[in-house]
Amino acid sequence: MRSCAESFEGYILRALGRAWGERLLPRGLDITLCDQLFLIASGLIWTVYFAALAIFFGFFLAVGVAVARFSENPWFSRPASAFVFVFRGSPLFIQFFFCYSAFVLLPRSGIDIPLGFITLTVNTSTLTTAQVGGLIVLVLNTTAYSAELFVGALRSIPKGDLEAADAYGLSGFTKFRRVVFPSMLRLAWPSYTNEAIFLTHSTTLVFLSAFPAREQAGEAFYYARYFVDQTFNPFVGYPIVAAYFIALTLSIVGLFGIANRYLNRHLPQERRARIRFRPQYLR
Amino acid sequence: MFSFCTDPSILPQWQWFACYLTTATHFAFYRAFVMVIILLIITAPIALGMGLLGAIAVRSRIWPVSWLGRGYVNVVRGVPDIVFFMFVPIALGQGIEWVFHHIQCPDWDQPIRQGNDFIVCRDAKVPPIGSPAWVRDLYAFAMAVIAYALVFGAFAANTLHGAMQAVPRAQVETAEAYGMSRAQAFRRVVLPQMWIYALPGLSNIWQILIKATPLLFLLGIQDAVYWARELGGQKTSLYTYPHPDWRVWYFLVLLCFYLFLTWGSERVFSRLSTRLSRGQATAAGERLRKAAA
Repeated sequence: MRSCAESFEGYILRALGRAWGERLLPRGLDITLCDQLFLIASGLIWTVYFAALAIFFGFFLAVGVAVARFSENPWFSRPASAFVFVFRGSPLFIQFFFCYSAFVLLPRSGIDIPLGFITLTVNTSTLTTAQVGGLIVLVLNTTAYSAELFVGALRSIPKGDLEAADAYGLSGFTKFRRVVFPSMLRLAWPSYTNEAIFLTHSTTLVFLSAFPAREQAGEAFYYARYFVDQTFNPFVGYPIVAAYFIALTLSIVGLFGIANRYLNRHLPQERRARIRFRPQYLR
Repeated sequence: MFSFCTDPSILPQWQWFACYLTTATHFAFYRAFVMVIILLIITAPIALGMGLLGAIAVRSRIWPVSWLGRGYVNVVRGVPDIVFFMFVPIALGQGIEWVFHHIQCPDWDQPIRQGNDFIVCRDAKVPPIGSPAWVRDLYAFAMAVIAYALVFGAFAANTLHGAMQAVPRAQVETAEAYGMSRAQAFRRVVLPQMWIYALPGLSNIWQILIKATPLLFLLGIQDAVYWARELGGQKTSLYTYPHPDWRVWYFLVLLCFYLFLTWGSERVFSRLSTRLSRGQATAAGERLRKAAA
């Protein structure tokens, strides 16, 4: 039997690959409680990786899609609406499978994109890994959901704010940057916090779907499921991963709460929008 | 299926596809879509019922009942849903076997958990040893339904509780002024009127329930995802119908199926919303009244 310190050393970074700890995962009767605690914790590395990068890229894309969708020009609004419809109307689980099987079909050697003076080679083999391909799906998915929230916020920007901007002679991008964007963000922030939480929860699906966990390097829920399969005891692994996720959720609420306070700093205390803790929905 | 399907290797294009798409395994794939619909039809009323019970429990004046309701709603909503989907079927299965074990074999002296095994006596196995495959499938399906109903019941309880609070207080007071008891006022005034307030939330939950159905695959049930993977994978010339990797097309079909399902239910819900707004003291109800007058 390993001691707790040994399993900490062997497994706390195991999610990064074989080179970062024990070669093999603990098996059968060899599994200790500390193994479960630390290996599942090491999986959080990928959970945070997927969540942070998807939220980061998804945010900028979502602002673009939302503006396109709100635009009066059908050449912008139609494609944006279609994008949002497809990614919000279908399950994320199926999106993973679909995109993975599409990525597999791409030529192994990479695709050359001629740009006139230089030829860009897209490395297609990385698209079939969860770290790149799975991340792309998550980014597209969260873009669609957040764009819907941002469009709702764009619709409810007070008319007076826009008229005031016009009166000050603001127009075009300056008006967007100084008036529209901050108001939109402020209005959408509480629901955007929930979106970030749902996204973090749905990172559990990456390794459960088509994307392979190479070298048994997966995220937290992948390991929890591995332990439950090994020990046939759902009362240890799943509560551990649930506790980790609750901690993660609370830290997201905290971080987004700081941003929320910053966005609302000009408002009197009682009019500030509160962020409510509602971590339930899957997609 | 068709008479010309005896030797598919010599068939022209369209006949080959006609034969290919009507093989026994493809019918299993089509049945999987029906199974999704059945799952939705069975789960939705159960979840709604559990939600109603949960919401009534939360409102209850007897504090143990109220606490039980609150506990149910908050625990299920606080824990990531996917954990619940995986946890409930196994935990419930072991729980049932544990209970049967204590009823049927009281003089069993060995521990149930030995190392990594969960051992109960022969009579306590559920479904019983030697039962046919369809009983096992049905059992797995029922476990999945219970897991879905538990999770979505908690979501529905939360929505329904909010809707009950949203019914104008004056109406309940009027009912009480007419001498109705608390239960009567609830049955005659709150219950019929709360639905319009609950509808946006319930519609949201329904959409999420639709999008949660492919997770059946993770519970080891041969659902549409399972068959799409099986059928779409590359088939060598050893098979009757050899083809390259077609998984992307199978998943495209699944994607379209779900898009259609969510799009269709959105339309149904908007109809329902108009219907339920009739005669309500809301902006939509007012608009309907003015349009009729």
